Amino acid sequence: MQYEAPETTKAAVGLLAKAKGSAYVLAGGSDLLVRMKGGFVEPDLVVDIKRIKPMREIRKTASGFTIGAAVSCAEMNENKALIKAWPGVVEAAGLIGSKQVQSRCTVVGNLCNSSPAADSVPALFAAGARAVIQGPRGKRKVAVEDIPVGPGKNALKKGELIEAIELPARKGKSGDAYLRFIPRSEMDIAVVSAGVSLTLDAKGVIKDARVALGAVAPTVVLVKAAAKAIVGTKLDGTALEKLGEAASAACSPIDDKRGTVEFRTKVAAVLARRAAEIAYKRAGGK
Amino acid sequence: MAVLVSTTINGDNVEFACDPHESLLDVLRNRLGLTGAKEGCGTGDCGSCSVQVDGRVVCACLMLGVEAEGHEIETVEGMSHGVELHPLQTKFIEHAALQCGVCTPGFLMAAKALLEKNPDPTEEEIRFGLAGNLCRCTGYDKIVRAVQDAAKVMRG
Ligand SMILES: Cc1cc2nc3c(=O)[nH]c(=O)nc-3n(C[C@H](O)[C@H](O)[C@H](O)COP(=O)(O)OP(=O)(O)OC[C@H]3O[C@@H](n4cnc5c(N)ncnc54)[C@H](O)[C@@H]3O)c2cc1C
Ligand code: FES
Ligand code: FES
Repeated sequence: MQYEAPETTKAAVGLLAKAKGSAYVLAGGSDLLVRMKGGFVEPDLVVDIKRIKPMREIRKTASGFTIGAAVSCAEMNENKALIKAWPGVVEAAGLIGSKQVQSRCTVVGNLCNSSPAADSVPALFAAGARAVIQGPRGKRKVAVEDIPVGPGKNALKKGELIEAIELPARKGKSGDAYLRFIPRSEMDIAVVSAGVSLTLDAKGVIKDARVALGAVAPTVVLVKAAAKAIVGTKLDGTALEKLGEAASAACSPIDDKRGTVEFRTKVAAVLARRAAEIAYKRAGGK
Repeated sequence: MAVLVSTTINGDNVEFACDPHESLLDVLRNRLGLTGAKEGCGTGDCGSCSVQVDGRVVCACLMLGVEAEGHEIETVEGMSHGVELHPLQTKFIEHAALQCGVCTPGFLMAAKALLEKNPDPTEEEIRFGLAGNLCRCTGYDKIVRAVQDAAKVMRG
């Protein structure tokens, strides 16, 4: 195995593009190194992106936030402006693993690893985040929903990497939230999870909503019907009920030791409702 | 092919050569003779390999040795000053917060990182802060008490 730690994105893309055999980006390594140790992957080339300075930064811009692909989840949880604007995204990122894992893991790694139970991903979907992709043919930006395509599979092509995640600027009364169900209180994989982001008008009526669910389908899913169920409402009882129904209807989970189909389908509704209530409160709704 | 890495470990400049796929934990234990960090699982679940890198606690089993280039590593070996133990070490002994001791270096490093960020943690904050460390012998209460007591001493 060859290890490279280039200092520019261009150099990283160049290495990945001309690699013969299997090449992997290394961010925090909390998925990649576990899979290498288990013998599930045997990289010929590993490209460590942590020495690329712009990828280590969280930047606040007029259009929102740019979170470099090598920013750890611990660093996200220390950025006051980011916490204020996107508390749901930050709390989701903060749920990944232990303090030890937090010091290294990244939301981009979480997204690229494409687990249906990845904690930060429903929050990123709900936030309307975009992935900035760099590759041999230049730069492109895609909605984060377009990155995971199946369990463990992402849409990146050979030579491509994600340089950063962009979160839109927050205007007016907005809030987001993320909740997961796990049987323990820490260090476990989500059995079901939900991310919700809302924007309200001056009267507290929901203008925009995005709802995403984790661990109920082969990838994290954006549930448009669930968002539609609450837009135009003040999140009253009927709206919440319809939100829950739409969330359950979007589930096509598996049965496993962590949870049955029935359990996951039911809890998806509960978590979607509760996350919406938290997001609504954070947005300043009453 | 071995790669030459230069780094700082417990304040000393250290150079070592390792294979690119070797974990920092293997480098510490097998090449540098620093056997304080233990391998309980090798997959980030148990925390017995905890060390600090640039002031943050990480699992040495989930970091490559080559990634250490230019960084500052602290291991449990650097915790005491000669025979003078760190308050966490003293309190772990006083509270009998260990039995076989395999998890202890990891708990000490994780607790040290926790108290550096948060000198006066609640019991809940300690339990969450140490959730990445598993102990199969002691049960966690004694460990939590030892950390609380050490925190008190360290606050002065
Ligand atoms: C003990 C433990 C507990 C965990 N707990 C949780 C949990 O509670 N919730 C959860 O969701 N996950 C959990 N995980 C999984 C893992 O920590 C997360 O998925 C993490 O976010 C991965 O980020 P990373 O930076 O470490 O990724 P890496 O391992 O560095 O990379 C993951 C994958 O993405 C690719 N990749 C990384 N960055 C890029 C990039 N910029 N461009 C293109 N490809 C890229 C890599 O090549 C690799 O295939 C846990 C893992 C461990 C070991
Ligand atoms: S050996 Fe590293 S976490 Fe278990
Ligand atoms: S004392 Fe034996 S594992 Fe903790």
